Amino acid sequence: MNINATLFGQAITFAILIWFTMKFVWPPVVAALDERSKRISEGLEAAERGRQDYAKAELRSQDALNEAKARASEIIALSEKQAQIIVQQAHDAAVIEANRVKAQAQAEVEQEVMRARDSLRDRVADLAVSGAEKILRREINVQAHADLLTAIQAEL
Amino acid sequence: MTESAAPSSSEYIHHHLTNLVIGKGFWSFDIDTLVTSAVLGLIVFGFMASVARKATSGVPGRTQAAVEILLEMVQTQVRDTFHGESGIVGPLALTIFVWVFCLNAMDLLPVDLVSLLMSSVGVGHWKAVPTTDPNLTFAMSITVFFLILYYNFKIKKCGGFMREVFTVPFGAKLAPFNLLFRLIEDLAKPVSLALRLFGNMYAGEMVFILIALLPPYLQWVLGAPWAIFHILIITLQAFIFMILTIIYLSMAHESH
Repeated sequence: MNINATLFGQAITFAILIWFTMKFVWPPVVAALDERSKRISEGLEAAERGRQDYAKAELRSQDALNEAKARASEIIALSEKQAQIIVQQAHDAAVIEANRVKAQAQAEVEQEVMRARDSLRDRVADLAVSGAEKILRREINVQAHADLLTAIQAEL
Repeated sequence: MTESAAPSSSEYIHHHLTNLVIGKGFWSFDIDTLVTSAVLGLIVFGFMASVARKATSGVPGRTQAAVEILLEMVQTQVRDTFHGESGIVGPLALTIFVWVFCLNAMDLLPVDLVSLLMSSVGVGHWKAVPTTDPNLTFAMSITVFFLILYYNFKIKKCGGFMREVFTVPFGAKLAPFNLLFRLIEDLAKPVSLALRLFGNMYAGEMVFILIALLPPYLQWVLGAPWAIFHILIITLQAFIFMILTIIYLSMAHESH
């Protein structure tokens, strides 16, 4: 074990290595490590935020869904009511129309009956007159009984 | 171990424990220690710097992840022990751990391989493990020692440091004893740091050399377990050097 000037040489080498490590090795790696841990913590934070956002969005979508369901059933109920009203209206209109047609038909029938009765009355009067004419041709003047026939005619 | 001259065991051991020295007396240099440690430092720290330069804060590749694991291990140790604000402690700890680990790891190369390679290019001695050279361990621990002094003065200012030196632990009346205790305490730090690492690695290397003296067909019986165990030791020694440096510097930052 002999101590000599190698001591100084080694001390210089050692000092250079310390300086070198301080300048070129330590700072970049430490910077990279710090940067990475920062990014990781940011990433975790973002993930947490995303998770919360997702939960909120899910809640919101659930709300929207419920609202839509409520609206839909409301609309269905409304339209059912509307349909009932329409059916009712159609029914009413049909009844009114039927009544109208019926009334018209009745009126026509009555008119027809009237007319038939008139024409029958005329025919009966004619028949009566011609019959009476045949019976009474010889002895009775047509002119003399015309008043009587008219009176009968009025009674029919 | 078999060379043309067929050296005796003691010659063989001595050969492996001798540095390649240039110069005379104190002003001589252990070339093998200087070159090995510098080249290893260049490779390892150059590699780490290239990884660091391309470091991304996104998904890291395996290489970057490996460097990050290492750095985070050091950072955790620094954060647990050191409570002051100093930019140098982390990089210093990382430098010590990585460098000492790599220098120690040279111990795992076959003991004859490096010296055989070097002697084939005409270099007589080549100690492959720089941490078995006390010059290196003392150079590191003395650098750490000066950093401790520097931070003592910087954080506590001259007055605060002097008050601590002369009044702790016995109070102002026993100032000389306090000074003596403080000197012993502070000088023990670099000495123990350097000698612990040196002693462990020197002893480990010695065991490898002794194992290499066994007949070749028997060497693995002891060599393999010792090498596996040594993986633990080289890591542990690097870790201890690092953690003690952090502790000493944190003590320099805090008042007693």
